[in-house]
Amino acid sequence: METFLQQIINGLTLGSVYALVALGYTMVYGIIGLINFAHGEVVMIGAMVALSVITALVGSHAGLPAVVIILAGLLVAILICVAIAYSMEKIAYRPLRRAPRLAPLITAIGMSIVLQNVALMVWGRNYRTFPTLIQPTTHNILGAAMTDLQMLIVVLAALLMGGLVLIVQRTRLGMAMRATAQNPQVAGLMGIDINVIISAAFVIGAALAAVAGLMVMAYYGIAHYYMGFLLGLKAFTAAVLGGIGNLAGAMLGGILLGIIEALGAGYIGDVSNVCGLSSLSDTLQQKCAASDGQVSLFGSNYQDVFAFFVLILVLIFRPSGLLGERVADRA
Amino acid sequence: MSERTLLSAEDIGKRFGGVQALADVSFSIRHGEIYGLIGPNGAGKTSLFNVLTGIYEPDGGSFTFDGAPLNRLKPNEVAERGIARTFQNIRLFQNLSALENVMIGRHVRTRAGVFGAIFRDRATLAEEAAIASRAYQLLDYVGVATRANDLAKHLAYGDQRRLEIARALATDPKLLALDEPAAGMNATETRGLKGLLEDIRRDGTTILLIEHDMKLVMSVCDRVLVLDYGRKIAEGSAADVQNDPKVIAAYLGGEVTLHVKDVR
Amino acid sequence: MNNAGRTGIPLQVWAGVALVAIALGVLPFVAALAGQAWVRILNFAMVYTMLALGLNIVVGFAGLLDLGYIAFYAVGAYTYALLASPQFGIHLPFWVILPIGAGIACLFGVLLGAPTLKLRGDYLAIVTLGFGEIIRIFLNNLNAPINFTNGPQGINLIDPFRIGGFSFASTESFLGITFTGPQKYYYMLLLLTIAVIVVNLRLQNSRLGRAWEAIREDEVAAKAMGINTRNVKLLAFAMGASFGGIAGAVFSATQQFISPESFGLFESIIVLAMVVLGGMGNIPGVILGAILLTLLPEVLRYTMEPLQMGLFGRVLIDAETIRLLVFGVALVAIMLFRPAGLWPSAVRKRELEVRKAAA
Repeated sequence: METFLQQIINGLTLGSVYALVALGYTMVYGIIGLINFAHGEVVMIGAMVALSVITALVGSHAGLPAVVIILAGLLVAILICVAIAYSMEKIAYRPLRRAPRLAPLITAIGMSIVLQNVALMVWGRNYRTFPTLIQPTTHNILGAAMTDLQMLIVVLAALLMGGLVLIVQRTRLGMAMRATAQNPQVAGLMGIDINVIISAAFVIGAALAAVAGLMVMAYYGIAHYYMGFLLGLKAFTAAVLGGIGNLAGAMLGGILLGIIEALGAGYIGDVSNVCGLSSLSDTLQQKCAASDGQVSLFGSNYQDVFAFFVLILVLIFRPSGLLGERVADRA
Repeated sequence: MSERTLLSAEDIGKRFGGVQALADVSFSIRHGEIYGLIGPNGAGKTSLFNVLTGIYEPDGGSFTFDGAPLNRLKPNEVAERGIARTFQNIRLFQNLSALENVMIGRHVRTRAGVFGAIFRDRATLAEEAAIASRAYQLLDYVGVATRANDLAKHLAYGDQRRLEIARALATDPKLLALDEPAAGMNATETRGLKGLLEDIRRDGTTILLIEHDMKLVMSVCDRVLVLDYGRKIAEGSAADVQNDPKVIAAYLGGEVTLHVKDVR
Repeated sequence: MNNAGRTGIPLQVWAGVALVAIALGVLPFVAALAGQAWVRILNFAMVYTMLALGLNIVVGFAGLLDLGYIAFYAVGAYTYALLASPQFGIHLPFWVILPIGAGIACLFGVLLGAPTLKLRGDYLAIVTLGFGEIIRIFLNNLNAPINFTNGPQGINLIDPFRIGGFSFASTESFLGITFTGPQKYYYMLLLLTIAVIVVNLRLQNSRLGRAWEAIREDEVAAKAMGINTRNVKLLAFAMGASFGGIAGAVFSATQQFISPESFGLFESIIVLAMVVLGGMGNIPGVILGAILLTLLPEVLRYTMEPLQMGLFGRVLIDAETIRLLVFGVALVAIMLFRPAGLWPSAVRKRELEVRKAAA
């Protein structure tokens, strides 16, 4: 039971991050039907920029309190991510708004590669470590451990998501976004500047991405120019799982995916433990005896596969996701 | 034109969310006739086409085609049974040539597969030659043979409509279902189309025709079905239907006429 | 002027073909003047040509977006590696394994396609991407508890291609001319590539090829004309996968070493780029795309670093990163300015141009 609760806590933390990134995907897809392949890279840039700022401030020995340093890093990261996302949309996606589906997808892939390699040039190939600024304390919850950082991530993500829901439901901008998502042409006729709305979607997504990037880096302690790819793909899976185009779906999908991954990675070893069949083979019996009764077909190194399997299963059996409407080809 | 029924429909119904697009529609089409389908906009004509050709499943009722039921078939199966259609908005294969468009129409009556394609055995080569020559023949039949190698999207509007008919004919249909083939045509083009339809009837293919051009409908259709708000309001010879007060009211709006009288 | 002669083909065409044949025939020796590495690069170009043509069936003809195509390449490569190396101690001959590799890849293609081909364009893209990644992860991890693929270390000492006792890996003399290993492979690959090109051309100009293009153009109309779109799409996937498998097996035999690293998302994207940049659906264009995208990075590598040394006295950005940057920028630029590709078939070019004009 402790392990189970522990996995849930870990999954919730990771899932909160997925949710934040998934929101970026879902907003853009909901309004212009584009899968922003480069979104994962924006998360990575957020992490790297924050890292540079924080490292610089720490290294300058200016005696600033840890909170200020982190906030400064976060702020700069948000600014830069927003700038990148805005430019990307304006330069690479806007001209292709009426092009066949293939074109913006390829452009997005191209942008993703460009961002990765720019990061590679600026920050190098090696893993960069995140300096420990605040000593972590662990709290005991029903036998499982939850660190300050995990709590912070979950709470902050929840606050941000709540804020986004408020914006979308209660402000004029939010209403304009919802209208544009439903019918861009008519929204335009009603006087809404579509370009502004679309830019807003990218910008808000990028801001959330920057925060997510900082969270991931703080959680795992390292940052790397390639970290965006897998994270982005999983977040996209989360968005699809929840129902793409649907904000609540992205949040639900993110949390769910995090928990599925954590549980999967935690239990896959046990589930695929073949020592129960050890009577069938001498070699197997020997291996089981040597490794304390645990010889698994699949270990936690298969963790990443879960997200992909979830993605494929969802798209095959319920492409609308948990909270969305049908999106398979209609006649 | 014989008295044998080619297609009969019984109580066809179709609902889209809150809208009853078709309700209790029953009619029959005889072998060798040109059967018109008319009605005001939104009456359900294209919906009926879509239900007939397998794009939508009817909520109720059934079709019987050439003696056999036509239930729950997919569009390609419907074509295989012998019903070919054109589309209201012209759905040609835009970036393929006119000839290739018609050749694709032959797909359902030919057989060559992967092995035929790769190894080009004699049977496949003969089949390909037959496909090409039949396609030319059909292009000539509808009058666009001179444009055989032009991309479909570069054809003049009237030619595109004819090309779509040629493509449908390439499937060797028993029933040719045309959705507003005269839309956007001028008087001359429409006359040409009328001649083509009569040729097709003469050569043994039955035609189901959705049209708004009343002159064309009345001059070329043997019988006509009138729909309004998804229901059949009249079925009979063109002349009968033309004088049916229900039909007139549907097109002009009976209520409106009354009010105009009252105001004075 | 029409010097048609007996075959009905003008003399000029035969002369042209003969010239090309001679040029291709001496090419490996010309390349060898710059070093054996360049012969290997030519060989790579041909393997990628086969790959790109296979993907062209899926993306170019049928219009289905596959971002995980490299998985079939991997399946073909590993099939050969597992059946002709010390890994399991099996050493079947090349011509036996080739159809097996193609067949298994084809099977994977059908398995992937059957449940997913009903999905809309970009969703299909993501699913295929996921599939590609799953294959890569499995290849990377199937080394415990049973060592199936030898994990990240890959499989080494794969049997080279052999005719009789005549191995292609070593340098030998034949009719007084010395052929190095890579040079011998060149000719074998050339023959295979030509065969693949011919098959593709035949597929395009057939009932099946037309059905694929009909689906790409307008799936609803294609169905209305009696085409069983589900089966035809599945066939496109299966054929594309088979070619991928063949290319993979050939790659394995040529390299004698494979590892999961060569079969990632990036490679899928490169092959897609070859098809897109070359002009989707257009066979000569795709061949051009494949050759360009294989040669260009090598050319860059040989020039960028000396150039930087000359200008700055040191290498600021290594060639690999430049190559990738250029590649990414090129993808974006091509989509913005020449979306129909470098040498598009009249088809695709007009479609994409008219769409943009209407925007």
